[in-house]
Amino acid sequence: MFASFKFRDVISILDFSREDLETLFEHTERFIKVEGKLELLKGKIVALAFFEPSTRTRVSFEVAAKKLGADVVSVVGEEALSIAKGESFTDTIHMLDSYSDLIVVRHRFEGAAKYAAEIAEKPVINAGDGRQHHPTQAMIDLYTIKKLFGVIDGLTYAVLGDLRYGRAAASFIYGLTLFKPKKVYLVSPPQLRIRDEVKKVLVDRGLVFEERNNIVEVVEEVDVIYVTRIQRERFPDPVEYEKVRGSYIVTLDILTKGKPNLKILHPLPKVDEVEHRVDTSKYAAYFYQAKLGVPIRMALLTLVLGAV
Amino acid sequence: MPVEEVHTLVVPKILEGTVIDHIPAGKALEILKVLGISGREGWRIAVLMNVESKKLGRKDIIKIEKRKLTVDEVNVIALIAPTATINIIENFIVVEKFKVGVPDVIENIVRCPNPTCITNKDREPLKPKFRTISRDPLLLQCDYCGVIVSRDDIPRLIRR
Repeated sequence: MFASFKFRDVISILDFSREDLETLFEHTERFIKVEGKLELLKGKIVALAFFEPSTRTRVSFEVAAKKLGADVVSVVGEEALSIAKGESFTDTIHMLDSYSDLIVVRHRFEGAAKYAAEIAEKPVINAGDGRQHHPTQAMIDLYTIKKLFGVIDGLTYAVLGDLRYGRAAASFIYGLTLFKPKKVYLVSPPQLRIRDEVKKVLVDRGLVFEERNNIVEVVEEVDVIYVTRIQRERFPDPVEYEKVRGSYIVTLDILTKGKPNLKILHPLPKVDEVEHRVDTSKYAAYFYQAKLGVPIRMALLTLVLGAV
Repeated sequence: MPVEEVHTLVVPKILEGTVIDHIPAGKALEILKVLGISGREGWRIAVLMNVESKKLGRKDIIKIEKRKLTVDEVNVIALIAPTATINIIENFIVVEKFKVGVPDVIENIVRCPNPTCITNKDREPLKPKFRTISRDPLLLQCDYCGVIVSRDDIPRLIRR
């Protein structure tokens, strides 16, 4: 049952089947309560190549690898890499490929991880490529929902915020196409709607979805709100930003209009798109979600490196 | 002299090479660009534009002496001129005649319009690659960043 993961590249959540994810989730249970270090990846070297700033994802990959007994080599930030001296991404990947057993890549260019996977012999895991994919985040998100509700099917979702440029939101929505949600509301200002190529995937895969402008319109119907940040720099006109901003802040007052079991997910980091009062309420699931980042990545690393 | 003859632009037959016929009117120069033909190669080339056509009303024709097109080149013409027909000439005679077709994969011909696509990163030995996701209307998708381009976008994205 683990064969489908062995030595495979993890580039997009769309490359996986529902069965793959169910296997991963089941395997993750093993790593939920790990005290100290395991030796499953002893003698293995995991390379973390982060060409773009990242704290959470990088740290959680590093912790996951170390808890499994692997050694970690980390090349972080374009400055720290020889890239700054003019070395190509291609050459850097070739170099890491010869030093390590697995490469985790984050890059601000879309398609960077896919390209890395084409040139590297070792498996490549995409830790975010531009605005495109963030498959391990989607795995965490879906697993969080599975843990909270017992199911992913049949629920109603709202995905809120920057759906155009946010890779976490896009990957989460892609991930939902592997399951059977009742309905997905895509809530964003008109200029931050999902891109055409994303919409095409949703239509082709038969996802039931609707685009909306305001979370208040749908809050009573939904089980999960997946919140992402709207960045000021997406708006050429700051006045426009100030105008729409208020409609995408999730407050406790809005949430109390929803179902009692309503949960808020957020890929983090969050700034002010979720009111602080929500953090300590029954609705907040994002800290729990972040915590599941390590066990999911532990499970994925062992599956990909065939150490199960 | 009959009126038709007065209006006929006479271009002699070619000994050997390629005739690209039934090009939508006004697209001939784009096709030469796609094929990377600048005129400096030294072959004799005739470009006829906006000539009468029973099928298309108006059409363009390109005759290239000495140069036979490869299958890949023929396929690429389809990106711009889906109605085009290709005639391969040997000894003044048409030895092969076929219609163009859009290939499933288009490599190193169309550049990705997304500035942050890895195929547009400086100093990387990486070729842009598109997959045909629809033929009518023509839609190509970048294999790396997923961006979708339509037929109207293609001429300005041709590399070379």
